Amino acid sequence: MWRDVRAELAKQAYRPASWLLLAIGVVLSATFAHAVPYAGYRGAASGAPGAGRGLAEMLPAQFAGNAIAGTPVFVGALALIFGVLVAGGEYGYATWKTVLVQQPSRATVYTAKLVTVAVGALLLVLALLAVSAAASAVIAALEDQPGGWPSGTAVLRGAGAGWLVTTMWGTLGVLLAVALRSVALPVGLGLVWLLAVQNLLAAIAAPLLDWVAALQKGLPGANAGSLVAALGAPTGTPGVAPLVGAGQAALVVAGYLAGFALLAGWLLRARDLD
Amino acid sequence: MTTNPVETHGLGKRYGGTVAVRDLDLTVRPGEVYGFLGPNGAGKTTTLRMLLGLIRPTSGGVRLFGAPPGPGSLRHVGALVEGPAFYPYLSGRRNLAVLADHAGVPRSRAGTALARVGLTGRAGDRYSGYSLGMKQRLGLAAALLKEPRLLVLDEPTNGLDPAGMAEMRRTIRALADGGCTVLLSSHLLAEVEQICDRVGVLHGGRLVAESTVEELRTGGALRVVAGPEDRARDRVVALLGAERVRADDGGALLVDVERDQAPRVNAELVRAGVDVHELCWSEPDLERRFLELTGGDPDVA
Repeated sequence: MWRDVRAELAKQAYRPASWLLLAIGVVLSATFAHAVPYAGYRGAASGAPGAGRGLAEMLPAQFAGNAIAGTPVFVGALALIFGVLVAGGEYGYATWKTVLVQQPSRATVYTAKLVTVAVGALLLVLALLAVSAAASAVIAALEDQPGGWPSGTAVLRGAGAGWLVTTMWGTLGVLLAVALRSVALPVGLGLVWLLAVQNLLAAIAAPLLDWVAALQKGLPGANAGSLVAALGAPTGTPGVAPLVGAGQAALVVAGYLAGFALLAGWLLRARDLD
Repeated sequence: MTTNPVETHGLGKRYGGTVAVRDLDLTVRPGEVYGFLGPNGAGKTTTLRMLLGLIRPTSGGVRLFGAPPGPGSLRHVGALVEGPAFYPYLSGRRNLAVLADHAGVPRSRAGTALARVGLTGRAGDRYSGYSLGMKQRLGLAAALLKEPRLLVLDEPTNGLDPAGMAEMRRTIRALADGGCTVLLSSHLLAEVEQICDRVGVLHGGRLVAESTVEELRTGGALRVVAGPEDRARDRVVALLGAERVRADDGGALLVDVERDQAPRVNAELVRAGVDVHELCWSEPDLERRFLELTGGDPDVA
């Protein structure tokens, strides 16, 4: 099993697209969680997203919340693409047969893929935390503010929540790749859900229709947004809103993660590999 | 008692209303090179995929070394199915290292396998830059990673130039001579003729013949070139009956008789004043036999 994990990690580590996704996540986070708000604070970017945020929200005390603020939508989209690549690549390159005739069971390879998605999500969240910490320290230094850092527990909780949310999106990517046995269509459909449908539901349908508002509280994006909001993510960020309590949100996100993983595993086991 | 590397019983696969493989009983014995012959679409690859557990039969079953396909039985099996497939962004060596991890064998086996197929010099290059022949050789290297007791090869010489084909056949024959059982799927009759001990002919998802290559070619005919042709034909028909005499494409007579009847045919023709220009035993070629078995399916080389 661990040799299969090593094989899967190697496949992704040597894949340029994996590092491109990580770099995009870091740049997006640094830009929209720190650079633009700070430019807005300094009066250079009024009207830009997050530009009206106060200085206190950019300082080290808030770095963990800022780091994971993108996970319900933008960073989540990157995690979903990573999940699609991890599982869908085997369909795209027709390598399932190459791997499985070497002996491992489908369940073993699939589990190794889930571990790889979780490791990739953890690396992404840790990178976001590091960049957010560095950016907030720079802003504090520029503004001559005291560098009050959050407690280790708060950072761990933020990291854990960010990891849970990004792993959940990555696992949705795995499910879409296995269900559709490809790469392009799962990425497209996943992004439509994450970037368009979720926002339309939250911004347009939910305020007009009570049943959509109620339904939304059970959807993965809304619960992801509620979870990171409870851990300090700024509520002005797309997808971040305290619709449900942190405990429920964590349970629902974990439930989706488990559900996606089990459904994809069942599909992979049940179907022929052509 | 030695367990057969491959046994199938009543194996079948149906896709909706289409039957790809039906009621297939196949046995590959230890140490032999078994040629799985059939036109495209005959069900060869579907059968191989069922053997390897990639697709599930809709009827019957498969045993590899006495066990159903799975991690246990696949430990002894190397396979190249329906063309090579690897990660294009990895080098040949890195691809094999990853597969060695999946196979549970030391990564050092990658170097050995690459040397065996003559790819050491290009092992560090990305797979995406490989020629079709190099990809095919990397596929064979991957199949050899586990030092298998059974090698399942699906059209392994596809895409190779003549020298590459000859080298691939030599490698397969050498593996077989070293004790490895080989199940080779092909639609190249010359290939099967050169390296296989036994042949199974698949057509329309059914095994329509199974024998050694020599047996498959039995049923030769006496080829007679004589003149005048009409008179020669009349004499032979009078001697043996019309059902045993036919003409080949060049106008010669093909007479279905035992070899020891050739002098009798010759004597009869001479007695009748027919000039006998040529009298020889004609081996049926495998292609003719194959076409007979598969109903003249043209999709064969």
